[in-house]
Amino acid sequence: MYRYDEFDHRFVAERVEQFRDQTLRRLNGDLSEDEFKPLRLMNGLYLQLHAYMLRVAIPYGTLNSRQMLRLADISERYDRGYGHFTTRQNIQFNWIALADAPEILAELAAVEMHAIQTSGNCIRNVTTDHWAGAAADELADPRPVAELLRQWSSLHPEFTFLPRKFKIAVTGSPHDRAATRVHDIGLRLHLNDEGERGWEVVVGGGLGRTPMIGVTVREFLPEDELLGYLEAVMRVYNLIGRRDNKYKARIKILVHELGAEAFRAEVEAEYARQTAALNGIDNAELERIAQYFAPPPFEKLPRWSPAYQSHRAGNAAFARWSRSNVAAHARDGYAIVDVSLKPEGGIPGDATARQMRAVADLAQRYSFDEVRVSHHQNLVLPHVRRDDLFAVWERLVAEGLDAANVGQAGDIIACPGLDYCSLATARSIPIAQGISRRFADLNRQADIGPLRINISGCINACGHHHVGHIGILGLEKKGVEFYQITLGGSSASEASIGTIIGPGFAGDEVPDAVEKIVTTYLALRQEGETFLAACRRLGAEPFKEALYATHH
Amino acid sequence: MASIDRGKILTASQLRGGTVVFLARNGRWSDHIHEAAVALEPVAVEALQARGREAEAANIVTGAYLVEVERRDGRVTPIHIRERIRVTGPSVRPDLALQPSPALLEA
Repeated sequence: MYRYDEFDHRFVAERVEQFRDQTLRRLNGDLSEDEFKPLRLMNGLYLQLHAYMLRVAIPYGTLNSRQMLRLADISERYDRGYGHFTTRQNIQFNWIALADAPEILAELAAVEMHAIQTSGNCIRNVTTDHWAGAAADELADPRPVAELLRQWSSLHPEFTFLPRKFKIAVTGSPHDRAATRVHDIGLRLHLNDEGERGWEVVVGGGLGRTPMIGVTVREFLPEDELLGYLEAVMRVYNLIGRRDNKYKARIKILVHELGAEAFRAEVEAEYARQTAALNGIDNAELERIAQYFAPPPFEKLPRWSPAYQSHRAGNAAFARWSRSNVAAHARDGYAIVDVSLKPEGGIPGDATARQMRAVADLAQRYSFDEVRVSHHQNLVLPHVRRDDLFAVWERLVAEGLDAANVGQAGDIIACPGLDYCSLATARSIPIAQGISRRFADLNRQADIGPLRINISGCINACGHHHVGHIGILGLEKKGVEFYQITLGGSSASEASIGTIIGPGFAGDEVPDAVEKIVTTYLALRQEGETFLAACRRLGAEPFKEALYATHH
Repeated sequence: MASIDRGKILTASQLRGGTVVFLARNGRWSDHIHEAAVALEPVAVEALQARGREAEAANIVTGAYLVEVERRDGRVTPIHIRERIRVTGPSVRPDLALQPSPALLEA
């Protein structure tokens, strides 16, 4: 993985000292709250419902064990012994004291981490496929480009005060696991007939109060034109994106209002105006970065592992976990392990310090020291020998990390909601817990098959409810929480925004409503048809009938 | 019969630690909502706000604002669920509550 060079170390260390000084000046009254607020936000420190919250960037969701151990230490020393992994592949600590924040940032800097680009109207932490560099279907590891974009965008002076925040996602696989079509910019790698790399540039996707699927403005942008072209996109947005209305300020509104063709013409005109000197990636720099993402020293192993097969045959729980939480690796004899942070009735994305340490230890022993954070709020051990899968699973069982539900009904995405967030209108977590308990039977989950249930506690959609196969949005009317259900959303390659199925439900009615939707699917599905495919084939009617025929 | 008053209290976040505090009857800031000064009249509400501005200017608290509450037999409960959760802590982590008052969430 990427290691800081001398410049990176100095830059982050200087930033910590700046923030230490700013915090001291705030505490002694030299800075007012109005003056200090943008400074703390630029360092990831929010004031939430109960306390300050620190959002720490995990660039493209990649961590080593040392970094994970540091996160565990911080959660114990400065917080309440746990952290929350987010849909942006980051981690949040919920109970931070302002006075401690500079020291926490110093401790993060010592392991090459920071909280820059986790707030504000800048280009945010770049996200990618959590199976990057490991997935069997991958064309190439997208992380060198993600790291290049991180370096390019970090405190980029021209793009530090954009009309609104800006999120970029990158995937190197034809199966989009990075939700690229619902980001401000999504980049998708393609290879042409000559095997040359080019990037499809998707612009103007997003969720929030105006969900939109992005439009492709370039089908195949040669890799060495990537930065120049993205700079043109950013410049068009920065110049003509709306600043008069916060709710109309994201690039998706600009693309929508101009129309895809006119927007593309603006970008191409801007790109043509750039001088040759500004054009093109420094290929030497990209190669330098790529070396950090060179594959780990894999052993040459047979494709089949008799030990693994034998454990699967002899242990039903392990076999079930293997089916849901183990994915195909590009290398023979290896597998990708998804570590679910969604135990029955648990809080999606939360991990205790002990669990973080356990995953760090497993990464060190069994996964070339690598951990990933997925935007589904799970962790990933990307490179595990099939021979070692049983040992990894046994440890996960001991740590309460063995939920065998990845991609199924229990693997629910939920934002912190009104339990923590000052923007939320309703709670998300208790709804997730209720559904999780309702679908606790793992055999039933497996029978239902792939199902994404996403829950947001407000219209800002941090829980990605618009792209849940079943989406749940928490709202509030006269002080009472209620929940609107959408069906048919997806953030995968054929992305779609879910449609509202009808009037909302009280919180305690939601598990029943989800049950009715799932039961309807099970009754009407065709052989091998997934929930999403059935939704698309059947439309909303049978689900509406099931939900509202007796519900008033 | 229980006596029920509706009024307003002033809440804020402690600047240094970020924890939730309430302006108490003794003029100090308290962790405990039941110590909060409840203003029933507009003049009293203005007085609370003035104390909040002073405390912000003195860098004791930040983000002071009024919360509508009900006072029943001396127990103060916010009307809105957001404020009730702010008092009790995350409803999903009762173990972390500063002042365990499950009744606040059932209200």
